[in-house]
Amino acid sequence: MAEKRTIRLKILRQDGPNDAGRWEEFDVAWQPQMNVISALMEIQKNPVTVDGKTVTPVAWESSCLEEVCGACTMVINGRVRQSCSAMIDQLSPNGEPITLAPMTKFPHVRDLIVDRSRMFDDLKKVKAWINLDGSHELGPGPRQSPENQEETYPLSRCMTCGCCLEACPQVNDRSKFIGPSAISQVRLFNLHPSGKMHAVDRLEALMGEGGVQDCGKAQNCVEVCPKEIPLVDSIAVVSGQTSKHLLFGWLLK
Amino acid sequence: MAQKSSIVTESGKVRRVIVVGGGLAGLMTVIKLCEAGVPVDLFSLVPVKRSHSVCAQGGINASVNTKGEGDSPQVHMEETVYGGDFLANQPPVNGMAHAAPGIVYLLDRMGVTFNRTPEGLLDFRRFGGTLFHRTAFAGATTGQQLLYALDEQVRRYETVDVENEKGVVIRGEKMVRKFEFWDFLNVVRDENGRTVGIVAQDTKTMKIEAFVGEAVCLATGGPGIVFGKSTNSVINTGTAASAAYQAGACYANGEFIQVHPTSIPGADKLRLISESVRGEGGRVWVPKDPKEKRRGRDVPEKEREYFLEDKYPGYGNLVPRDIASRELFLKCFHENKGIFNTKSGKNELEVYLDVTHLPQELLHKKLAGVLEIYEKFANEDPYNNPMRIFPGVHYSMGGLWVDFDKSADGKLTVGSPRNQATNIEGLYAAGECEYAYHGANRLGANSLLSCIYGGMVAGPAIASYVNNLSRSSFDVNSTVFETAKKAEQAKYDGILKMSGTENAYRIHEDLAKTMLRDCTIERHNSVLEKVLAKIDECEERWHNIGVTDTGPHANQGAQFVRHLKNMLVIARVIAQGAKNRDESRGAHFKPDFKNRDDENWLRTTMAFYGEAGKKSEVKYVRSLDYPLLGMTIHATDTVDISLVKPRPRKYEQAGAASAEAKAAKSDDKTAGKAG
Repeated sequence: MAEKRTIRLKILRQDGPNDAGRWEEFDVAWQPQMNVISALMEIQKNPVTVDGKTVTPVAWESSCLEEVCGACTMVINGRVRQSCSAMIDQLSPNGEPITLAPMTKFPHVRDLIVDRSRMFDDLKKVKAWINLDGSHELGPGPRQSPENQEETYPLSRCMTCGCCLEACPQVNDRSKFIGPSAISQVRLFNLHPSGKMHAVDRLEALMGEGGVQDCGKAQNCVEVCPKEIPLVDSIAVVSGQTSKHLLFGWLLK
Repeated sequence: MAQKSSIVTESGKVRRVIVVGGGLAGLMTVIKLCEAGVPVDLFSLVPVKRSHSVCAQGGINASVNTKGEGDSPQVHMEETVYGGDFLANQPPVNGMAHAAPGIVYLLDRMGVTFNRTPEGLLDFRRFGGTLFHRTAFAGATTGQQLLYALDEQVRRYETVDVENEKGVVIRGEKMVRKFEFWDFLNVVRDENGRTVGIVAQDTKTMKIEAFVGEAVCLATGGPGIVFGKSTNSVINTGTAASAAYQAGACYANGEFIQVHPTSIPGADKLRLISESVRGEGGRVWVPKDPKEKRRGRDVPEKEREYFLEDKYPGYGNLVPRDIASRELFLKCFHENKGIFNTKSGKNELEVYLDVTHLPQELLHKKLAGVLEIYEKFANEDPYNNPMRIFPGVHYSMGGLWVDFDKSADGKLTVGSPRNQATNIEGLYAAGECEYAYHGANRLGANSLLSCIYGGMVAGPAIASYVNNLSRSSFDVNSTVFETAKKAEQAKYDGILKMSGTENAYRIHEDLAKTMLRDCTIERHNSVLEKVLAKIDECEERWHNIGVTDTGPHANQGAQFVRHLKNMLVIARVIAQGAKNRDESRGAHFKPDFKNRDDENWLRTTMAFYGEAGKKSEVKYVRSLDYPLLGMTIHATDTVDISLVKPRPRKYEQAGAASAEAKAAKSDDKTAGKAG
């Protein structure tokens, strides 16, 4: 029969970008296959703290709940990850309290919501796209080996969630470092047979301040990436490409 | 008289079109508009990269016939129509099937990391309702990869300057402006009823604004959250389509809701286990002994009942979803042969989906993305243990009614402003929020296709509409927009003032439980009466909601109150349509009316919104007239069956879905590999 257990959540709340933060604690009834999202959903239905105070429901961002959209990223027990795949039984096997806090490297919006629009703007900077002639029919695309697909597919699973930026010590208020995810996208597009034709444009966007050379090689990114994207390899590859372009690029002009 | 310039008005304003929704359909519409030189404002509830299209796993259909099986777009069309139990108008399906190979090639050119054959060509796998390898795929996260490819192209247009007809750059204006985290509230209509813009709300600052658009295209997805836990993303409340319906748009075939046979239960949602698992050879079974206590992997082969393969030798585990879901439901619910749980002493509502007999390398290369979901969320190893799954609400075949312009060769006249047009002039729809391509049941891997094709058709349709407008929306008196904005502001302020005793999330939970239990796989009229009474009750309770959060930042609670109201309206369309339709067709199954009744029900359900006091009501029509560019266009509920004559579905027989498939089946080995 169903166990009568409760789960305690300690949540860092903040009403708006300029308000002060505060911790609030909630108890919610345990359910099978429970994740952090379902615990937050229970709080929506009954937003009362452990002190018996009725508060506003906690705000958080979410969409797919399958760890493919990247929306519900937050800091859970000190580690940045998606809250949909954060299973309660694994986080709190013996009823330990679970702490939830917003990511710290992005402008704050409310409660667990932050504004990650810089990541999408960065994709513009590095021209993370194929320069398509048009969407009219032009026959099949270039042939690619299965090996190339096996190299590019993992890179193409980046969901712009922000975990790698959150964990990176080089991404902070004092630095302009673009971060691992955009660099890895440059590697991806530079591997595509037509993407290659514009590799230089992407590399040049990553040279200079805030570019690939700002990586401090802490390797935290690859540790926290939920899709296990080889981000450190990507940085090394792209770094090699930029060095080569810096040294020999002028010869080609 | 048409406008002098299609890009700027005489007063110098850039003539933009509004697209709402940044999934595959919306993004493809944007790309086609930009290519036609039409600048766009793109609105989305979430950053477009987080749209629900990411959830599609298995692939996208296109009859490229690289395996030499004799597949063709004609067969694809026939099988789609047959799988949809003949409720779809056939010319749009035909247009889609013939465009499909080109669409997959286009996606390949955009850089989608499709799986490859040893020769470097696109690889294709099998999916439901066909015997052919017709589904291109990128691992098991195809929707994500497709969405990203289109997202990247649209992002490129965010950096492209708008130019006038002479090629002069208009400073400060880019082809695409994105408005992410904006919630669509309503269409703005001029004194003639034409759509001239939208009202939307910034969900971060809660600011409500009116925006001008020469035309508006909704690409806002399905309403799965009406059923609470489903395979849908939490954003899929159907709120935008519901608002358009309440503004006078016709809603078609609302009662057709697809239940996917294989999902994993969770506390917050049901997670899809893709049909591609069966396409690659996964098998569905239950132990023959209903009290079987051993783990799935320990049950010997001869003590397993492969009930889909037994009953449907022709298509086996790859029967269409409506049939597979009904069989699973029958097995678990009526025969009580679901997997026995030794802890609870009960037969659970679960069956096995087994891939443990397949080569590990195949699983890693082709299915890792989906097996990873099972590993993470069910916390079991699907490589070595059969997965435990059950059906879950997945897709709405119904949606906003849209027109089509049939070409002489039985496809669509691309560029006709009638395509994808709703009955409200200037309002278009594409993707799951409209009803056009799937009839009574959608085949697997046709949704990514219909979304992209819908956008490919909507873009040129809208461009042509805009080019033929006699008056620009940007020349409409600003009071029209002010009035529309004020009306929506007043509604929102009303929500903030609600001081009753009900919690909106609990009302939703109540509604969803009823809808899920009584309005999905099996439908009984007496029970549907109760569903409608439940909707009455929830609508009544909605007025007694208490809003505790009146904050000015990311007020999700107040936003949800609005979405809930819109969900209740759509729930009624679904339930009332189900009650009325006394037959069984595709996903709509009534045990009391087991047969398809073409004489009375081979027709589109066309619903209009009405109100009766505090309750919504549904008004049905058999035909409508709508205005378009000075013309009046007449449309009826008669289904266009000009290409394939309706016949009963018989998936017991291999190749029953099309004549060519039958011929191919008789002389080679395409069939039943997975079965």
